[in-house]
Amino acid sequence: MVTKLEQPKGGFNFDNYQRNVALEKKGITFPKMTKTGTTIVGLIYKDGICLGADTRATAGPIVADKNCEKIHYLAPNMYCCGAGTAADTEFTTALISSQLELHRLTTGREARVATALIMLKQMLFRYQGHIGAALVLGGYDVTGPNLYTIHPHGSTDKLPYVTMGSGSLAAMAVFESKWRKDLERQEAIDLVREAIESGIFNDLGSGSNVDVTVIEKGKIDVYRNYAKPNERGVKEQSYKFKRGTTAILKESIRDIVAITEGIEEMDIS
Amino acid sequence: MNPVTLYNNDIFTNVPVEAPVERNFYPYADNGGTSLGIAGADFCLMASDTRKSSGYSIHSRYSPKAFKLTEKAVLATNGFAADGLALTKRLGQKLEWYKHAHDKEMSTPALAQMLANTLYYKRFFPYYTFNLLGGIDEQGRGVLYSFDPVGSMGTEVCRAGGSSAALIQPFLDNQVALKNQQGVQQTPLSLEAAIRITKDSFTSATERDIYTGDYLEIFIIRQEGTTIERIDLKKD
Repeated sequence: MVTKLEQPKGGFNFDNYQRNVALEKKGITFPKMTKTGTTIVGLIYKDGICLGADTRATAGPIVADKNCEKIHYLAPNMYCCGAGTAADTEFTTALISSQLELHRLTTGREARVATALIMLKQMLFRYQGHIGAALVLGGYDVTGPNLYTIHPHGSTDKLPYVTMGSGSLAAMAVFESKWRKDLERQEAIDLVREAIESGIFNDLGSGSNVDVTVIEKGKIDVYRNYAKPNERGVKEQSYKFKRGTTAILKESIRDIVAITEGIEEMDIS
Repeated sequence: MNPVTLYNNDIFTNVPVEAPVERNFYPYADNGGTSLGIAGADFCLMASDTRKSSGYSIHSRYSPKAFKLTEKAVLATNGFAADGLALTKRLGQKLEWYKHAHDKEMSTPALAQMLANTLYYKRFFPYYTFNLLGGIDEQGRGVLYSFDPVGSMGTEVCRAGGSSAALIQPFLDNQVALKNQQGVQQTPLSLEAAIRITKDSFTSATERDIYTGDYLEIFIIRQEGTTIERIDLKKD
């Protein structure tokens, strides 16, 4: 007989982990997450930051969304591209965006990009890589243009041109051969577009359209579907069915009579 | 001093037995891609895309996987591209020997049986290919056969194979075999309609399957001979 109830002394509990391993061995499959096999890029040019992203979201070999948005709003002077688990990129950027709004209100100043960077990396590090978000953070603050990448485990890089996602190698190949210091605005947009298109055509995880966002001092331009290099052609024929093609298995018609006895007073107590 | 004596000789006798190291060799790959076949009254249509890929990489945008084996039969291979090529080569050799031995080309139904036998011959180290064989028989009727990797054969009217099979097959069942359609008149499918359905199948599969795209090749096999048409698909 138990005479004393043991109080747990804290620390980690791996019961659920062991349960999940046992369940998986029995053949239970856990829900699959939508991974956005992605190409996202960013670069610094003469007057600011140019961010780019493709618009394909995949679930395994299937295209889940042909025109999704991967450049997320963070603050009036900051945007953030997300690659990895779709839900994670969406919710982390939304959460940090909300915290930045409060930060602006309490400080009465525009938030710095480095602030957002630290908030994002500390959150991702806390979750030890279980939040599958790979981010490209770009913005313009009192210190000038800022561009960072953040990996799912929380490590960060500060570089003049960056790429992330499954198409990062294809995009970086373009940047490595063509990026130079002090690009003009249009040159920067063209280079970002070329890098994203390189991902779209050479990486199976990326596809469809090019989104571009340009961040300058006190000015942000969002170009949704800046390029559409993959328009679907017209179909050969119409597949409209004639009325009555779908079989009716059972049919029953009833007279619906509504009987109302008096009018009850609404309970407003 | 002899440097060898510096070493403790016991080390060779006292070394603990190393734990067995597991090494793996995977002889197969999945190279994606999609094929389709439709058998008509006096024709057979065989179509394949030409993208060859693995993982998130495209190895080739034009690497055909449908091959004309005889004047009256086309084989479309799916799955592992190297095995598809090896199998095609082997069938080509067998067909050559048959021609010399019998002074005629093999009929399509005979070729189908030979393919089944060739696949089953490698029952315990299979060709990792999902095959479709289409053509016309000795009476000039369109015929279509499908195979699993170890040689199980089935006769079909319409069949999709490969990475988009699950996307296209229900569409084919509905539009070619007219399944789940009430009160629709059963007119024989024209070649023109079959081509339209094939093109729409592939453009639609390209939209949603990352392994299908680049180019489409359509073989049309008739008594008069076999023609081939190449069409662009999306390249993303």
